[in-house]
Amino acid sequence: MNRQRLAGLIRKEFLQIRRDPSAIAIAFLLPVVLLFLFGYGVSLNAEHVPIGVVVAQPSPQSSSLVAGLQQSRYFQPRFYTSIQEARKAMMQRQVDGILWLRGPFTRTLLRGDTAQVGVFVNGVDANNARLVEGYLQGVWQNWLEQRANASGTRLLVPIQAEARIWFNPSLRSRDYLVPGLIAVIMTLIGALLTALVVAREWERGTMEALMASPVSMGEILLGKLIPYFLLGMGGMLFSVALAIGLFAVPLRGNFFVLLFFSALFLLAALGMGLLISSVARNQFVAGQVAIIVTFLPAFILSGFIFDIQSMPAPIAFMTHIIPARYFVTILQTIFLAGDIWPLFLGNGLALLLMALFFLGLTWKRSRKRLD
Amino acid sequence: MFARILALVIKEFLALLRDKSSRAVLIGPPLIQLLVFGYGATFDLNHIPYAVYNQDSGFASRELLGHFQGTSAFHQTAIVHNEKQLATVINTQKALLVLHIGPQFTRDLLQHQPAPVQIIVDGRNSNTATLALNDVNSVLLAFDRSWADRYHWGNPPAQLDIRAWFNPNLLSRWFIVPGIVALLTLVVTLLVTGLSVAREREQGTFDQLLVTPLTPTEILIGKAIPGFVIGGLEAAFIALVAVFWFGVPLIGSLLALGLGLMLFLFAAIGIGLMISSLAVTQQQGLLGVFLFLVPAIILSGFATPIANMPSLVQDLTYLNPMRYFLVILRGVFLEGDSLGNLWTQYWPLAIIGLASMLAASWLFRHRLA
Repeated sequence: MNRQRLAGLIRKEFLQIRRDPSAIAIAFLLPVVLLFLFGYGVSLNAEHVPIGVVVAQPSPQSSSLVAGLQQSRYFQPRFYTSIQEARKAMMQRQVDGILWLRGPFTRTLLRGDTAQVGVFVNGVDANNARLVEGYLQGVWQNWLEQRANASGTRLLVPIQAEARIWFNPSLRSRDYLVPGLIAVIMTLIGALLTALVVAREWERGTMEALMASPVSMGEILLGKLIPYFLLGMGGMLFSVALAIGLFAVPLRGNFFVLLFFSALFLLAALGMGLLISSVARNQFVAGQVAIIVTFLPAFILSGFIFDIQSMPAPIAFMTHIIPARYFVTILQTIFLAGDIWPLFLGNGLALLLMALFFLGLTWKRSRKRLD
Repeated sequence: MFARILALVIKEFLALLRDKSSRAVLIGPPLIQLLVFGYGATFDLNHIPYAVYNQDSGFASRELLGHFQGTSAFHQTAIVHNEKQLATVINTQKALLVLHIGPQFTRDLLQHQPAPVQIIVDGRNSNTATLALNDVNSVLLAFDRSWADRYHWGNPPAQLDIRAWFNPNLLSRWFIVPGIVALLTLVVTLLVTGLSVAREREQGTFDQLLVTPLTPTEILIGKAIPGFVIGGLEAAFIALVAVFWFGVPLIGSLLALGLGLMLFLFAAIGIGLMISSLAVTQQQGLLGVFLFLVPAIILSGFATPIANMPSLVQDLTYLNPMRYFLVILRGVFLEGDSLGNLWTQYWPLAIIGLASMLAASWLFRHRLA
């Protein structure tokens, strides 16, 4: 290993990055675009859900329930005079649900029997439908309590549930999406960028020129690794700054711990990128493979949006080969919960092994050969 | 003219399929992704890991815990005996939630006093936390009902009777899998078209193409057709897998789905060619594809509802062809839509396709000059 030769290679790489600004775009523009999109565009918190309300026989009892619905920030009631009209509105996707107070509602209620209230939700978006059901139950519970209070009694139900939500009491979905997003962004920077740059050398024939020079294969690999590592860490710091500064996501853990695990993850991502490019020696194939084996799994199978616990066992098992999975767990914990070392050690060890595996395999495969 | 376009189409197909690895890239990964994502992309919770912190020694708390053990939605992973252990199981994600039953639980209940139960939830994933709390509430409600019935607490004043339309069991797979048809079709189409011009520019063969008798429009058509064929075939195949493998119902009109697919491919290819004619190198082309693809997927309603976005972002989604195709797909698959009630989705797709094709052909000529 010759330091001067290595420095020369790194300088060459930086010159190339400067000349074709698309690398800088991937490292800095992409994080901004993605963070803005996710920070502002992706939310699992439904508000102002349009809901159709049909009251067959208006009465003080029914209006107090409807008032509860109107006051809730989760709902935006629209009134229909018949269930047929409301059904039509739901078919045309104007409302996501229907609350139907049938004719005998008030009579049954006043008689002291259990009144049935019909609720229909559009189940196409199952997750949203479940959330809407939950909000509706909340409005419902409030109404029951208010009724009991108004008549001077307490609502007599056996269990009084008190929910305590740790780490994210207001359940802002942004707080869990933005940290995980850093893993997606770094996967992109690491794998996509390196996959393309090495493949480009092969495609343009400059790899042959490099091989004809006295540099060793190890130096070539390090010469690729170091510049893109620096670029990737830059992009990562930038993303963290945006997450904290712009999106007000709390960072409860230690910043240097975050930095350490990010570096570990980036090495694994860069290793994957280098491996892809050493297998696929043209940019077209390298680019597509990079998207398919790194970006999409990091997006869907890392626990970033879809909880790994919800996946069927074989798929959940498969997620163990995706480095982003470990990093997403670390990120969500370090941002929202703090430094929880038992959790970090296992996930960090997995990242380390993957980094060693990918980099080692790349090194082993890379010989000064042209075939 | 047709002979010339045909020749170009054949050449494009050869360029795409000649190489074994690029052939594999176009066919293999989408199928693997379909299976992995079809199973993996789900919001439905089952086997929620929970821990029990029970300070009550009476029979009522045992009965309540029996309700939790009896449903497949919950899976007990730990028993904790103090606050410190409680913090540990949540922190290390051994349990998503802890049920804390106080020492007076059975006594309170037997004295007709409401008895508190504390549910401590890991909020790191806010969506999972919300859904898990909903599930806990429905188990508690079932316990309430049976207890109130046996110990004469009186009838509840009213009851919600909730039914879901179109997807009665609220399987999120029924929502996600039709979306994957759009997702993978868009990815494949953009990759095929987005790099096609850039690759020729980089390899210098574009100049050769220019000196042939082909007009720029003919080149454009020739570059568009492979995307159309490959994208269409993959979409049809994925739709078949959705129905026959994942068991998603397809109750609407196939004609409506076919027309939607055609228009969507038209729009996607237009955008792909637009990106491709802007790019000078393949890296730029790929970056362009990416810069379009990622927002297009995120702001389409594929995983998270458009209605939850800020209104400015919602307006932006009207430019996204995937948004319309997702409505068409889910409408035809689950809601039984036909041609008649989807025209509001068709015409924006047609306009996006036309505009991007025109822009691509303009850029094409512009860049040539």
